[in-house]
Amino acid sequence: MADLTTRFLGIESPNPFWLASAPPTDKEYNVRRAFEAGWGGVVWKTLGAEGPPVVNVNGPRYGVVHGPDRRVLGLNNIELITDRDLKTNLEEMARVKADYPDRALIASIMVPCEEAAWKAILPRVAETGADGIELNFGCPHGMSERGMGSAVGQVPDYIEMVARWCKQHYDRPVIVKLTPNITDIRKPAEAARRGGADAVSLINTINSITAVDLDRMAPEPTIDGKGSHGGYCGPAVKPIALSMVSEIARNPETHGLPISGIGGITTWRDAAEFMVLGAGNVQVCTAAMTYGFRIIEELCAGLSDWMDEKGYRSTADFVGQAVPNVTDWKNLNLNYVAKARIDQELCIKCGRCYAACEDTSHQAIAMTPDRVFEVIDAECVACNLCVDVCPVENCIEMVQMEAGRVDPRTGRVVSPDHADWTTHPNNPMAQAAE
Amino acid sequence: MPAQPQTGQTGPIAGRLSADALAENFADLHPPLSAHEARVAADRCYFCHDAPCVTACPTGIDIPLFIREIQAGRPETAAREIFEANILGGMCARVCPTEVLCEGACVREAAEGRPVEIGLLQRHATDSLMARQGHPFTRAPRTGKRVAVVGAGPAGLACAHRLARHGHDVVIHEGAPKPGGLNEYGIAAYKSVDDFAAREAAWIMGIGGIELRHGQWLGRKVTLDALREEYDAVFLGIGLSGVNALGLDGPDLEGVHDAVTFISALRQSEELSTLPIGREVVVIGGGMTAIDCAVQAKALGAESVTLVYRRARAAMGASGFEQDLAARRGVRLIFEAAPVAVEGEGRLSAVVFERMAEGPDGLAPTGARFTLPADQMFRAVGQRLGDANGLETVQGKVVTQGSGRTAMDKVWAGGDCAAGGDDLTVTAVAQGRDAAEDIHRVLTD
Repeated sequence: MADLTTRFLGIESPNPFWLASAPPTDKEYNVRRAFEAGWGGVVWKTLGAEGPPVVNVNGPRYGVVHGPDRRVLGLNNIELITDRDLKTNLEEMARVKADYPDRALIASIMVPCEEAAWKAILPRVAETGADGIELNFGCPHGMSERGMGSAVGQVPDYIEMVARWCKQHYDRPVIVKLTPNITDIRKPAEAARRGGADAVSLINTINSITAVDLDRMAPEPTIDGKGSHGGYCGPAVKPIALSMVSEIARNPETHGLPISGIGGITTWRDAAEFMVLGAGNVQVCTAAMTYGFRIIEELCAGLSDWMDEKGYRSTADFVGQAVPNVTDWKNLNLNYVAKARIDQELCIKCGRCYAACEDTSHQAIAMTPDRVFEVIDAECVACNLCVDVCPVENCIEMVQMEAGRVDPRTGRVVSPDHADWTTHPNNPMAQAAE
Repeated sequence: MPAQPQTGQTGPIAGRLSADALAENFADLHPPLSAHEARVAADRCYFCHDAPCVTACPTGIDIPLFIREIQAGRPETAAREIFEANILGGMCARVCPTEVLCEGACVREAAEGRPVEIGLLQRHATDSLMARQGHPFTRAPRTGKRVAVVGAGPAGLACAHRLARHGHDVVIHEGAPKPGGLNEYGIAAYKSVDDFAAREAAWIMGIGGIELRHGQWLGRKVTLDALREEYDAVFLGIGLSGVNALGLDGPDLEGVHDAVTFISALRQSEELSTLPIGREVVVIGGGMTAIDCAVQAKALGAESVTLVYRRARAAMGASGFEQDLAARRGVRLIFEAAPVAVEGEGRLSAVVFERMAEGPDGLAPTGARFTLPADQMFRAVGQRLGDANGLETVQGKVVTQGSGRTAMDKVWAGGDCAAGGDDLTVTAVAQGRDAAEDIHRVLTD
């Protein structure tokens, strides 16, 4: 059993799985149960400034996108930050941290974009013994209308400014949580680093409407006939989050900046994928909200088994391992040639590959009257669509053509050398080969 | 599981089982899917290109399309798709031997031995639409042509509906008091619960332009010549009204019946506990009717039911599913044995069988004999055409060409009475429908 102990910003937790700032970490009762279940840490649900707390709607807060058999593929929410008063939250945090010193406890904070507001809350958070803070610059609904959350996260200058205040008035790690509702995720990450932040966490939720009620002509979730966009999360957002994490990991301006990966992590494999793309640890929410805290057992067991299988002794061994293989399109090897191969033993003759290729791609699959499907190498561009739509695992694979053979599609000999767009004759900007 | 029969009195007697046990034994064989179950089942369909299930369906229903419509939350749209090809799609969803038709051809059957549940999905869709008031199709403007359809079974109903849709006026001449043919009189009760056959026939006629006349046995009340005289075209969907005989040694005994008579009486019974059934029942035959008879005999409370078929299991007309159903319900299956004599004094007490074997000259008796005690025996060894009404026949069935045209002018035929079919409801529907299209072409040419 591999050791899952993870140090992130010097904060040690027994495993890399933290619960993200969200309803599961709203109060002492939940967090104690999460720790009993085995979670490595929590980011406490976002605290607001002293004074009357925010209020939530009294109708549906969540919308959903279901897969077959009502599997939750995506969830969105219009819930605001904590609606309990600051003092209660701080007292509970202090008690919980005292009882679970080996677990990470991070305070998520969202107060107005004024130095005084941050200066007022930070010492009180520090008193709880929390291991660090996470600045909620991500919530895309409700709070953003009041100039907080993603309204800050969309302006790199504000991120830098607030991060700097926090580093001035607080002496423990500062994590900036980023909104994905922006065109280039590298900009806010760079701003966080300039402001002195110790890490970024991402992604927060994505602006979304999960469905429209076609009878009431209203978006869901619907409150008294009206709806507001919510923040989308869950398995559906994982690909977007993975890409954004990798962008920050490989950007020279932010390379080496610790990342806490968030976005649709449901199984150990999702977590491993975030971590090899540069996340030092991960945060989970929707999976816990769908299945309960007990999923931590699968997350830990799966990751540990995989590490044993691969010979990794600590999570640090594999963090960032895939980052060097994330590159720009222009660097992809255009001399690499592959062709689809259909395993006739495994083929169940559904014809989905044929329909997809014939109707929407390259007419590179032939069908005989007795439903045998064969690839036409002279047409196949190895686009992978047939592999993607085939219902049978491993039935179709992309096989690389050996160098020296002739690609029947182009009539050219497959070259063993790397050649990409940067040097391609069709590229008007091609750099002359040295 | 059927409730345990009461042991006791020999001889066909009524009331062997309690009302609760009978209700359980005759409950819907395939309970319908809930809306959620249907969505999950529909999601298993791969939407195959040029799908093998469609090829396997005698009526050519676009199965992947209707399943996709269920998956997209439109079971009624799916039903329209089904009814467009097969107006008896509701009954076919219940009685089709799907394991040898659409589900047998499903690529997931080949891949996993677990096909998409096409029959249940079709039932889900058709039930959804049929539960609504009204009829989904409208008639074309009236053509003024009149067509006689003889027989209100699956072929006749399908033919009449399609003709009515095209604007022709149809008169169905039916002998029996109710429409539906074998759906109403000839299949097991647990396949058509809640009076479905009658409800379906009424729903089909909801299109309008179809007049149904009862007591019109062909050759007795009406003649083919008279129909040809009176109407612009005649479609014969008269089924097989005769029953094959066995020719056994021994006296005429009480307790020996035709399976079709038994099933018909059972289907028309208002109170199953009043139906007499034997203690030790023997069923002769290997087709669907034999299975329907044997399973229902057991369900009525017979202590033992033995189905005896003269050939090997593989040659059985009944599908594998039906064979398994019979075995599961406690019917004993004996293969390669033929009855040679009945025994008893006034009433049946035993049936004598001889072992058969497939040899170079075909099936032949081996000389080895055994006797089964029996107080009731049902013959289910096939049906045949009654009166051919002057039409050419081959192997006891009416000869047709193309879309059901007979050699006689203005006369079409389809369903079990016509040669070339396979005695399935779904085939009869296809033939009735196709004959209607051909009649329409001829009448409007």
